[in-house]
Amino acid sequence: MLPDHLRDIQIVSALEAQLPGAIVGGNLQHSELTLEIDPPTIVAVCQFLKQQQQFVRLSDLTAVDWYPREPRFQVVYHLHCLERNERLRLKCLLDSSRAEVDSVTCVWRSADWYEREVFDLFGIVFRNHPRLQRILMPEDWEGNPLRKDYPVHGYKYSYAK
Amino acid sequence: MSQSIAHMDASTNGETLLGTPSPRRLILNMGPQHPSTHGVLRLLLELDGETIVKADLDIGYLHTGIEKQCENLTYQQVVTLTDRVDYLSNLAENLCYCLAVEKLLGIEIPPMAQWMRVMLTELTRISSHLVWLGTHAIDIGAMSVFLYCFREREDILRIFEMFSGQRMMTSYFRIGGLALEPPRGWHKEVKQFLDAFPGRVDEYEELLTKNPIWLQRTKGVGYVPLNDLLDLGVTGPMLRAAGLAWDVRKAEPYSSYEKFDFDVPTRNEGDVYARYQVRVEEMRQSARIATQALEGMPAGPWVADAPHVVLPDREKMKTQMEALIYHFKIVTEGFRVPPGEVYQVIESPRGELGYYVVSNGTSKPYRVHIHGPSFGNLQATPRMIEGRLIADVIASLGSIDFVLGDVDR
Repeated sequence: MLPDHLRDIQIVSALEAQLPGAIVGGNLQHSELTLEIDPPTIVAVCQFLKQQQQFVRLSDLTAVDWYPREPRFQVVYHLHCLERNERLRLKCLLDSSRAEVDSVTCVWRSADWYEREVFDLFGIVFRNHPRLQRILMPEDWEGNPLRKDYPVHGYKYSYAK
Repeated sequence: MSQSIAHMDASTNGETLLGTPSPRRLILNMGPQHPSTHGVLRLLLELDGETIVKADLDIGYLHTGIEKQCENLTYQQVVTLTDRVDYLSNLAENLCYCLAVEKLLGIEIPPMAQWMRVMLTELTRISSHLVWLGTHAIDIGAMSVFLYCFREREDILRIFEMFSGQRMMTSYFRIGGLALEPPRGWHKEVKQFLDAFPGRVDEYEELLTKNPIWLQRTKGVGYVPLNDLLDLGVTGPMLRAAGLAWDVRKAEPYSSYEKFDFDVPTRNEGDVYARYQVRVEEMRQSARIATQALEGMPAGPWVADAPHVVLPDREKMKTQMEALIYHFKIVTEGFRVPPGEVYQVIESPRGELGYYVVSNGTSKPYRVHIHGPSFGNLQATPRMIEGRLIADVIASLGSIDFVLGDVDR
């Protein structure tokens, strides 16, 4: 649930008015605002924030794995508004059975590599991404190294058979 | 590393990146072991004569899983890994990580440590820009600049060695302050360097700024409009060379940068030459900041008053039971960080560097995500070189100033 004291913040009220129900939670910690977004609405939310609220930059996009808790994955977006010098964190919570979310490459082109990295290292699928392929790991790699159930030494200790 | 790239390797029989067969098109594989890629970057260029029709980048050769390793070390141990991310601006990486964790811990850093951090980070910026200038010039064919740049860089590395015992992997900033007390005689060494440095920048400029060959190779090359740069995630000197005066040090001051007087150099041309001008001017500004820090260095402690985080003084350990207990606790199990998350941003020599640290209340970070500026900047490469000549690729790549450790992590 979205705490009441956050509703007074201009971005939150504007987003609530534009897309009712898109914000499903949020908090303000260390003076950083986090909004939890209903995953199906993420593209609409981002489009609104970019076009109406001047969040022209996607500063960062990553994920956190909370294995074995469900919903397991958090896709984390860090938005930046140059005009007002404001930062905003968006989060999408995804179940392990359906680790899929729409791609925001149509909003910011920079999301291209960021989403590929998350796909590569977490195995989260970004729908409608123009080219969703591994980016850091080799093409034939098995598993997603940044998942918490992936051992830190990997599955094989040596390349010698 | 992508499938289409593997597919393209086999496509010497006229099939192109775009999928339309054309006998005129040639696919050229540049790197991963190419001197101008400054590391291991592989570029695939589809050529029509000398013009690049399409470019594709293949990264990941230097992926060492630093983010995964971070999750298995205690907070203080992670500092040594951050050095290895962007190995040309180690102290900027140290600083960003430390600031993030200090924010989570809520500890106050004493002014002396903050100013020392500013001074050393600015020296790091100078040394990083020197490597960029030297290698960028050598790529384009100006050999001698490289030798001058590395002469001054050596002086800076000597200063780092004096402070931390290490030339490159310094790990000098720790959570809670500095790793060691500043060494005896540091003031004289740094002053000597900073006094001489502006004259040295004049020397580089004499070699390049009005050099007709340099101008021909860089002016109008690699131009990308500002809107595209923002959309592609580019930050730092590349944005400032396209006219946007945005610097994290000014916009969101950290580590008491608000107390320093400096300018943010900008140019409007947005080409390789403008990026050169911006970075050269940045070196002068960095020297200016470092001089202010040197002259106004406050006295006082170099670590925070946080006994649960900072290792106690060795002398106190011999006399005080409490200090001994804290030492034992910190060394054996580290310190616990309250649950929460922080995204800390600083201005690294390459642009906006972000550390996203998530804590679950234990003594090891739950997740550390490093948003390297090179990763975003490199993404703009195809936009920069497509439709241009192959000789401009080298100049364009050099002007991005990427470090592959920062890209691949």
